[in-house]
Amino acid sequence: MATNTVPGPGAPSSLAGKAAFEVDDRLIVAGPVRRTLNKVFPDHWSFLLGEIALYSFIVLLLSGTYLTFFFDASMREVVYEGSYAPLRGVSMSAAYDSTLNMVFDVRGALMIRQMHHWAALLFVASICVHLLRIFFTGAFRRPRETNWFIGIGLLVLALLEGFAGYTLPDDLLSGTGLRIFSAVFLSIPVVGTWVYFTVFGGDFPGELIIGRLYILHVLIIPAILLALIALHLLILVKQKHTQFPGAGRTEHNVVGNRLFPTFAGKATALLFIVFGLCAALGGLVQINPIWLFGPYNPAQVSAGSQPDWYIGFIDGGARLMPPWEIDLWGYHIPPVLWGALGIPGLMFGALAFYPIIERKLTGDTASHHLLQRPRDVPVRTSLGAMALTAYIVLWISGGNDLIADKFDISLNAMTWFGRIGFLVLPPIAYWATYRLCLGLEQHDREVLEHGIETGVIRRLPSGEFIEVHQPLGPVDAHGHGQLAYGGASVPKKMNQVGGARRAVRGFFKPIEAPADVQRQAELEARGLEAEQASRELTRSGRPSEGGRPQDPRD
Amino acid sequence: MTTNHDRPGSAGGTDEPGHLHGGPDEDYTPHQLAAMDRTELDRLGARYDGVEVLHVEPAAPAGSALDKKNTRQVTRWFGLGALFALAFVVVYAGSGWFLPSWKWSVGSSVWSSLYTPLLGLLFGLSMIAVGIGLVLYVKKLLPHETAVQDKHDGSHFDRVTTGATLMSGLDNSGLPRRKMLAGTLGLLGAAFGAMLIAPLGGFLKNPNTGNPLGTTPWADGVRLLRDDGTPIRPGDQEAGSLATVFPAVEGGDRAADAALMLIRLRPEQLENLRSPAGQEDFGYGDYVAYSKICTHAGCPVSLYEQETSRILCPCHQSQFDVTDGAKPIFGPATRSLPQLPITVDDEGYFVARSDFNAPVGPSFWNIGRLG
Repeated sequence: MATNTVPGPGAPSSLAGKAAFEVDDRLIVAGPVRRTLNKVFPDHWSFLLGEIALYSFIVLLLSGTYLTFFFDASMREVVYEGSYAPLRGVSMSAAYDSTLNMVFDVRGALMIRQMHHWAALLFVASICVHLLRIFFTGAFRRPRETNWFIGIGLLVLALLEGFAGYTLPDDLLSGTGLRIFSAVFLSIPVVGTWVYFTVFGGDFPGELIIGRLYILHVLIIPAILLALIALHLLILVKQKHTQFPGAGRTEHNVVGNRLFPTFAGKATALLFIVFGLCAALGGLVQINPIWLFGPYNPAQVSAGSQPDWYIGFIDGGARLMPPWEIDLWGYHIPPVLWGALGIPGLMFGALAFYPIIERKLTGDTASHHLLQRPRDVPVRTSLGAMALTAYIVLWISGGNDLIADKFDISLNAMTWFGRIGFLVLPPIAYWATYRLCLGLEQHDREVLEHGIETGVIRRLPSGEFIEVHQPLGPVDAHGHGQLAYGGASVPKKMNQVGGARRAVRGFFKPIEAPADVQRQAELEARGLEAEQASRELTRSGRPSEGGRPQDPRD
Repeated sequence: MTTNHDRPGSAGGTDEPGHLHGGPDEDYTPHQLAAMDRTELDRLGARYDGVEVLHVEPAAPAGSALDKKNTRQVTRWFGLGALFALAFVVVYAGSGWFLPSWKWSVGSSVWSSLYTPLLGLLFGLSMIAVGIGLVLYVKKLLPHETAVQDKHDGSHFDRVTTGATLMSGLDNSGLPRRKMLAGTLGLLGAAFGAMLIAPLGGFLKNPNTGNPLGTTPWADGVRLLRDDGTPIRPGDQEAGSLATVFPAVEGGDRAADAALMLIRLRPEQLENLRSPAGQEDFGYGDYVAYSKICTHAGCPVSLYEQETSRILCPCHQSQFDVTDGAKPIFGPATRSLPQLPITVDDEGYFVARSDFNAPVGPSFWNIGRLG
């Protein structure tokens, strides 16, 4: 209404209040701001994994922008005259030269550069772990297939962005990686040589590729990443979070903390911790010391060359592939195609379409907002374990020369281990995971039916020994529990249902008297009982704890 | 007030909200709102956002011993954060001023090799301290609130009404009816898209012009040079050794496909030497020369184990037998390393007799059909 500025009841008296009313008169944001502040976020550690990716992306944007001011993305040949003596007088590209100058002649830039590299590793790693969490808890199911799809796109782009980034300094290590990359382009059937010449602007390495990778790395891919991240978050906010099943949690609500101030506080804390971790790693742990590698030279290579961790599985695939070249009347399909393009293509393709595949196979087309425990979906969990095992075999094989060297194993034996392992270990992982899931499910049902093992052994008048079980709820005439399994974690120890006091605190030595702890526990127990009647949701009052009575707050 | 408030939309004039106006302002008058306290207003607004606060576990009462202890703890972490940040600035700016120079080079002072780690440590500790302080703030100084928010599915009303608006717009445009116009628009879209993409054609380069993939700088009479630019005579190299050599042409030492391994075989290797058909005379005496570029993915094959006559590529561990025409014997490589026919010129230096006998480097689609 246009009468907001008219003095009357409820008109602001403080300066800040008046200013806020002035702003809202013009922008009308009070409603949206309140809705944002009131948004409820579920409280579970695994929901922070995606946030770590977001925060490392922020670190990447900031540190990367800094680096661009000192980097010259040119392959022009220059002779190094900077302050690093061992390379003085060596001819190299301007890209490598400017990176050396940044490291040795710009105050503090080495720390920023290493921070950038560490943040990139963390970025991809946190995306992967986030993806695994989403996969194993079924958070990708309808209506979240779109966001899953965007997430896979983000992962692929993150890999490309990382590769383009570490190739920029034009050092010997990354140049070797680029050459392998060029062989992968060449291996594409029919159009391979055209793609290769188009990407490099001629034969490898040409004089354009660093400049092209640079614009991809600092503009095109980050812009797409930023847009996709924005979309990812927008859809997340629109669809609201999933949550684990628990007391009071349904398909139609979200239980947790409001954005302001609790969630905002925690999220900001995580931002600072991620930022600080990247900075500490960037200063303390050397990474990609390009001045030790030297400038790129097509005739040189160093043994034990390794790409960044997230490219390792592609390298492993290329190493394991048997020498099978297909020859069709003089037209060739080289094996590097299968190892380096086929495996990642298959992996990301299967990942991207998994929600649709699962929906087709299970016929489950309903919307889901409650998560599943991995044990409750044994087939999916086992498929995931199988895929993960295959990935790990490839990843280990990407460094099999280092393992062979350090552990004095034959290199060829490592290759054969990888080849056989890639085929044999995944089915074993599937079978083992499936049994594990069934076992865990069975134990949950058993505890619900018979109660928790108390460890108290009793001798009956007949002379028989039995262990006393603590039922979790009402029992029938035979002493069997009546509780149905609800998809939430089942307490398995007496401590989890309040059978023991909380531990006395103190890391090296106790910092509180055991008597105080007991008194406090009694007080809280009494307080809890008094409050119980007024509480609807849970006995602990903190449904986010999954219905388990939590440790008393300090 | 000097402003003219007559026109609608300005405050204080005769502006009356239209009959479409509505929402919570009609449910609650300013008087009613003024009578509520802050918590009530907060909960009221939350209810309009579908949020209900179920339970609040209050923080330690203000002024209590626990509250004071918690406040001290949080303050301590923020203080530490400030301290580390200041220390960072001092180290960063003070180096070379009242602290030793940060500039690092081989054999320089301990301080300069500690500079970067110290910066990272202080920067990191400062931020992590702030992070820990914030976590403790939320855990110890804020009340613990449990809220529940409603999750709505899509609204049928919204779908039907939006659909009606869209479809009536489409109807009004008459596009479904005006087939010719719609068809032309489709053509326009396709042609326009093609026009926008067309400039990408500037990227295209024909890989078959001049056969760049099948030729290298090597040719008849081109000398073999070491990386320092000196030519080689047959007696210069010890038996069993390998030297990387380059063609004596402009930029030959930087060419991606020219690097050559000149290998002098030991007598026992020479006895077992098998040359593929057509390559029997490619060597010179006890010397053979093979391309250094791996036929798998293009890395330089560098590791020569002369006891087993194997050359290993460090990238993907393809192994080649130099006594058997550099045939791949393990790993993913499929083609032998191309061999360069060599001889010596009038002055007794090694020269090539022609280009390689096969394309250098990784395989590709038409490698068997190069012109």
